[in-house]
Amino acid sequence: MNSARAVRTASRALATIALALSLAGCGSPEPPFALQNVSGLLPRLKFSLTDQDNRPVTAQDYRGKVVLLYFGYTHCPDACPTTLATLAQSLRELGPAAARTRVLFVSVDPARDTPEVLKRYVGFFGTEFVGLRGDDDALTALSKRYRVAYHREAPDRNGYYAVDHSSAVFIFDATGRARLLARETDGAASIAKDLKRLTAG
Amino acid sequence: MRELLTYIEPWEFSPTVFLTCAVSAALYVRGLNALRSRGLGAGFWAPFAFFLGLALDYTVLQTYYDYLAQHMFWVHRLQHLVLHHLAPVLIVLAGPGAVLIEGVPASWRARARRLAAQSSVRRLLMVVRGAFRIVQHPLVAPLLFVGLIFYWLTPSIHFAAMLNVTRYKIMNWGMGVDGLLFWWLMLAPRRAQGSAAIGYPVRILIVCLMALPQILLGAYIALHSTVLFDVYGICGRAWELSPLTDQELGGLLTWIPAAMMSGVAMLVVLWRLLAEERERTPALARSAAPVADPRSATSADPLTPAVADPRLA
Repeated sequence: MNSARAVRTASRALATIALALSLAGCGSPEPPFALQNVSGLLPRLKFSLTDQDNRPVTAQDYRGKVVLLYFGYTHCPDACPTTLATLAQSLRELGPAAARTRVLFVSVDPARDTPEVLKRYVGFFGTEFVGLRGDDDALTALSKRYRVAYHREAPDRNGYYAVDHSSAVFIFDATGRARLLARETDGAASIAKDLKRLTAG
Repeated sequence: MRELLTYIEPWEFSPTVFLTCAVSAALYVRGLNALRSRGLGAGFWAPFAFFLGLALDYTVLQTYYDYLAQHMFWVHRLQHLVLHHLAPVLIVLAGPGAVLIEGVPASWRARARRLAAQSSVRRLLMVVRGAFRIVQHPLVAPLLFVGLIFYWLTPSIHFAAMLNVTRYKIMNWGMGVDGLLFWWLMLAPRRAQGSAAIGYPVRILIVCLMALPQILLGAYIALHSTVLFDVYGICGRAWELSPLTDQELGGLLTWIPAAMMSGVAMLVVLWRLLAEERERTPALARSAAPVADPRSATSADPLTPAVADPRLA
């Protein structure tokens, strides 16, 4: 068979694909967000857990709110309180629009984080903060969905143990689409700036 | 028992990986049995290398290992070392083509031949053949091999690949398939390669040259003093390890074993070169015992059946 023709046909096909890809890359009129944009990278918000009042809740219950999803535990010595305080600060800067947001604090340590403990803990940061917990299966499903890892270390003499967990805050728009990812290093001001845009619609 | 199961069962089940591995293994076993019934054997080492390569690919993709690879940079680098270097080299050295084709039921082979004779399928095969000629060009293939490593290790692209399931799968499939294509081009005997064949001295030059960018990239990552790939910190590491130690180990894995594979490849190519020289020498050829090696029984390689098949040429 004519091999030169075969090469030509294949190169034309490759060129078409390359052109289509480069065109698909263009055409984003929106200015960039301050936080890491993860639109299209992560799946829609979906979970089935219980909240700090021991009520079963799903992602559907938070439709219409901009959701900030964070994995942590109340015995966390540094990362969790710092991150939650930053989020509380950004919600204060957001003003009245904060009513259209919810911070979902998913416990990676449900054994120690009973509903009562969670309730007291999230209440400290603000009314938009919700504590969620679930069994290992529900937690595994959720962590798999957002590609995060957590792992409980061996307890010390006093029975205390640390849990390694993700540091990211995943931010979903009011329709449940994953939009942004806040790193530990992102300040309250940049978070507030992007939340303003998301809560505006 | 349950704990053991969590290590063996797939972290994220992939029907395509599972079926590809299962079908390859089944065809190979069938092929071995068919050859054996005709008094032909494949020896010990070729099936051993084939199954080891296949098992390595399966293990890094469809067990708990995949979870660790998603959450630790150096484990991820080891995963790619298996997918892109080690497993394809083992599979290509096994030369499983003839055995796999033998394993395809005769009725399917006849159906495939009838299908390949149809004009629309012929046109499609021609396009595939053209694409194959491009990616297996002696200048394109090594660039593609090294380019894929650089592409997926570009920090922003790496970040997206570790967050997005589809990109992650494309990355791993790309590594596995490109590994097979490239090492087949470098290591398969020339007579098995048909029109894609490259001379042995050129192959030695290619494997030497391609080691260099891998060494530079690996050294750059290993010796970098800040964290290049922060996705592992963001999503949480599989166990506690300092980010820079993780990066150093990952860089070393990209640097040293990958470059060593070039050395191994060079030895294999030299060995092929010498073996073919010997065959060409009549006195030695006459004294050599007839080999019952199924690899020499056919000139077509199953990794690229539509292309290397001389009937389509």
